[in-house]
This record gives sequence, structure tokens and C-alpha cells, in this order.
Amino acid sequence: MAKITVREAISQALWEEMEADPKVFIIGEEVGVWGGTYAVTKGFYDHFGPKRVKDTPIAEAAIVGGAIGAALTGLRPVAELMTINFAFSAMEHIVNEAAKLHYMFNGQFVLPLVIRTVGGGGRQLGATHSQTPDAIFAHFPGLKVVAPGSAADAKGLLKAAIRSDDPVMFIEHATLYQLRGEVPEGDYLIPIGKSVIQRPGKHVTIVTYSKMLDISQKAADQLAADGVEAEIVDLRTLRPLDMEPILESVKKTNRVVIVEEGWKSFGVGAEVASRIYEEAFDDLDAPIQRVAQLEVPLPYNQNLEQLALPKPEWVVRAVHEVL
Amino acid sequence: MEKQDYLELYRQMVVIRRLEEKSAELYQQGKIGGFLHLYIGQEAVSTGLISTRRPEDRVITAYRDHGVAINCGIPAREVMAELLGKATGVAGGRGGSMHMADVNRNFWGGHAIVGAHLPIAAGLAIGDQYQETGGVTICMFGDGATNIGYFHEAINLSKVWHLPVLWVCENNLYGMGTAVNRASAVSSIQQKARGFGIPHSKVDGMDLIKVREAAQNAIDLVRGGNGPYFLEISTYRFRGHSMGDPERYRKPDEVQKWQENDPICIYGEYLVNTSMASRDELNEIETQAEEEIKEAVEFAEQSPEPAPDSLFDHIYVE
Repeated sequence: MAKITVREAISQALWEEMEADPKVFIIGEEVGVWGGTYAVTKGFYDHFGPKRVKDTPIAEAAIVGGAIGAALTGLRPVAELMTINFAFSAMEHIVNEAAKLHYMFNGQFVLPLVIRTVGGGGRQLGATHSQTPDAIFAHFPGLKVVAPGSAADAKGLLKAAIRSDDPVMFIEHATLYQLRGEVPEGDYLIPIGKSVIQRPGKHVTIVTYSKMLDISQKAADQLAADGVEAEIVDLRTLRPLDMEPILESVKKTNRVVIVEEGWKSFGVGAEVASRIYEEAFDDLDAPIQRVAQLEVPLPYNQNLEQLALPKPEWVVRAVHEVL
Repeated sequence: MEKQDYLELYRQMVVIRRLEEKSAELYQQGKIGGFLHLYIGQEAVSTGLISTRRPEDRVITAYRDHGVAINCGIPAREVMAELLGKATGVAGGRGGSMHMADVNRNFWGGHAIVGAHLPIAAGLAIGDQYQETGGVTICMFGDGATNIGYFHEAINLSKVWHLPVLWVCENNLYGMGTAVNRASAVSSIQQKARGFGIPHSKVDGMDLIKVREAAQNAIDLVRGGNGPYFLEISTYRFRGHSMGDPERYRKPDEVQKWQENDPICIYGEYLVNTSMASRDELNEIETQAEEEIKEAVEFAEQSPEPAPDSLFDHIYVE
């Protein structure tokens, strides 16, 4: 199996789906001539041409709204929002249009739409460019929200998202693009809406996703040195949320730590913890611990920024709390 | 157009008028819920405009959409059933007054967030351009929508990408209760198109024949591959913004002055004066329209409610 970066995995998924289906096209800021600000679509413009790799004005409502309209005509647009922070400028079209139209018009409108975007902090971009607001988008019925943490999942989930007839918010992480991982060759798909055990263990369940999968793996390595075997469940999809592997794992470990990069308040961890309390309270031997970003807009200064972001040590500490 | 086509447009206008009057009545009886925005006074706009479209042309509009639905060929009974929230409604009772749509008739809604459907309209046009369907997207919106960001993003994109879209601003002089000159930097809405290098014109929306001519000219230009066109249609709503409008922002004599320019009367006069129709023929159409609305109400009232177990249907395709 080839070891490739998350960037290459996403790029391959896009390329393969565009080669396979002439209805798939890319629309976004700097996706064409520039090659993508994260170089994901490098070479696409020369190969597929301006019709299928559309450089837009800096106008997020037009990007998402335009993609919605094009999807309604039977095309399969992959809209790119340069960062998830810019998604707020298209909030109306993501949550009030894309998430609603199929339902509101009684199934008449079909939106095979993917919104690819990038979140995450840790790059000294300041408060407006460093957020992880994934939970906000997962709040809305009608949207599917996917956030892979590995190269294989990035490729398989993006291909599934492009083939899905539902609007999918596909959230990448800015500091994961260089991460390498094994990705099966060929037409590799991962179903949307399936959590998965990424690392087996028996003493504690760590529930996480996206960049925090990497952080949790590092924590698990440290814990393993102390004889603690952590089982890591990767959500991969936030909506629809698949609790099955989590509940199975909790039955075995009876202890849970949830790790997310976004703020703790009203976040992914809050939702997952609530569901565990509702559905598996009797399996728990300790209160659930949550690891999350400190409740502060991320500052520019590197030292200050790093103080606010979850790191493996925090996860280790949280695991010791529940053991 | 043949004589029967002219009469058909008269029929559509009268059906819309009767439908809206009846809707107001049913709203006051509590049979229609939510918000209700009537199209009374503006019938010539969408009737004239949509009479110029071909089947491959898409129509998309804002929340004042009952008339547009009728012009797109949706039977009055399906509109009425939607207003009553019934399963037989054009959106199965899920959409309501502001969210009518019928994909099979190329009517793409019925959108209730001011200006938000303009980027979607641009997207429909992207789809037609990409697939070379030859279709034009007709996007209707109010004067109020021209002050929100979505308008500017969509209009700009349409020009940059040379999209086959006809932008139609129905200027009824008020965005809810705020007069155009209190909300828009320029009172001449079409001037905004000039800033984007988009050809534009303005027409009297109380006169169906003038609307038709202007719309035909505009839609031909767009279909001819000339990129977007901007048509401002001046009109007036005879009723409030919605049913809950205290109408403190305009004086009764202003409303009365406009009501003297009733678009249905103007078009009726035109048909009689050009010997296209006799008074009797028009009266006959009006009687039929009343009958149609009566039947629509019966149909809607007798139709079933959506089944409770359908609540979760259509959130996702898969």
C-alpha cells in the first residue's frame, strides 16, 4: 500500500472523481490558476480547464449559492471555501439553503454538493483565521458533516461525498496536509456516517476526530509506555453521528475521554458525552472527561496560541482522571 | 401570440387575484398559518414576464410567490392545498406560502430569505451554461433585495461569467415598510446594474403588454449569448407587505391612486379596445376563475394532512 500525504489523498480523490464523471467540477477561490491555496488542486486547471475548475471572485455566498444552483441542475459541484472561517460569510447558503431545500420542497430539490473547507488553529493566523467551528455545522439536520483525520479516510470519504446526493460539508485540517498514511490503491470509498476504532485498547476509550486523532494517537503512545491501553474511536463523520463503535467500546473500557480541537462549550464533546450518558450510563465507572481548546479567541503570539490548543499531555492527564 | 393566448394571460391574472383574495379570507379564519404575502396589484409583472419563457427556462423568485406559481402552470388547487398545509400541496405541506416550487414545471421556488436566492439563480445559470441547455434563468426579487450583499455577489458573478440569467427587480416601492429612497442609495434600481456593466431597462409593471415586450426583448438578448440582463419592473402591492402589516408607512390616497391603475383592468381594456375580446368573454373568464378558486378551496380543505410518520421524510436523499 502506498504511503501518501493527506494533501495527495484529497487531490487524488478529486482527480479520480473528475475523470470518472464529467458532471463533477470545482468552484472556489484560487482553485484554478493558483492551484489551490493549500496546493490541493495543483495541476487541475491545466488538465481539466476553466470550465471544470472555476476561479471565483472572493464572494463566499456566490460560491456556495452558485454551487447549490448548479447542483440543482444535476451537476456535482465541489465548492471550496478557502478556510472554514470564511464559511461564516456563506452561512446563509450552507445552513439555510443547502440544509433545507431538499426537505422544504418535499424532496423535489436534490443537491449533490460538496463544500470542501479547512479548519484548525496552530499556525499563528490570529483569531479570525484559526477556528474549529465544526460543531456549528453539525447542528443542522439536512447537512452531512465529515472531518477525516487520516490520509485513507480523507480519500475514501471525499470520494463518497462527491458521489452522495446530499450536501456534504467536508472539513479538512490545515496542519494535517503533510501527514502521511497508507491509502489503498484504486477506487477506495469510505461510507459517510461510520465511526471507526482506529486503535484497539481495553482500559479507556478516547473519542476524537480530525487533527485530534493524531494528538490522541501520540497520547496513546505515551499511555502505552505506562501500561495503559487506550482504544481510540474516530468519529470521521459528525452528522450523522455513529455512536455504535463508541458504545461498544465503552462497554469494554467503562471510561471515556473525548478530545476535540474546538471550544468545549456546546461542542462535539458535549454532544458525544450526552449521548453516552443517555445510552450507556450504567457502563461508566467514572465521569467523562473532555479535552478541548481553551475558551479564548486564538491569539497571534505563538506561545499564547499554543497554550490554548489541546496537546497529547492534556489527553494523558484526562485519561489518568478517569482511570 | 394568438387570441386564446392573450385570453389565457387574462385568465391567469384573474385566477391570481381571486386566489389571493380567498387566501386573505382563509388566513383571517385561521385556516392558513405562518406568513402570507399577497401578490394583488403585481399580477401583470409575473404574468407578462413568464409568458415569454420557454419550457427550458427556469423561474426562481422570492417569498411573494403564489402568482408566480400560477404563471408557471401549477394548478390553483395545489397552491391552495399548500397554503392549507395539506399533503396534496405543491410542496406536500412542508413549504407553505413562501416555499412553493415545482421542478417539473421548471419553477425553482419560492425563497424566503431576502436576496439569498440570487446566488442560487446564478448557480442554475451556471448549470445551464455548463450543460449547454440553451435555457435562461429568470430570477425575480424585490427592490429590498438589491441592498443586501447576496445581490451584489450574484450580479457580479453573473457578469464575470457571462451567465444566461435575466435579473428581474419587482420594484413595488417598499421593502416591507421602508420606502426605496430610505433604504437604497439610488432610487432608480436599474442604475445598480450599470455599475456591473450589465445592460438594463425599466418598464411599467402595471401594463402587461409593456412588461411582455420588455421581457421578450431582455430574454432574447440573454438567450442570444449576451450574458445577463437587468430588468426593473415598477409596480405596487395593493395590500400590506404581509397580513400583519399596519401600513403606517404609506397613505391611503397613495394606495388608492395606484389601485386606479389596476393591472387587470388595464389589460382588460386593452383586450376590449383591440377587439381581442368582448366584455362578455372577459366576464366569462372571471366567472370561470371564481369557480376554479372555489374548487381549489374545496380540494384543499378535503385533502389529507401530511401523515405524521412522514415527518422525517426528505431530510436526506440517502
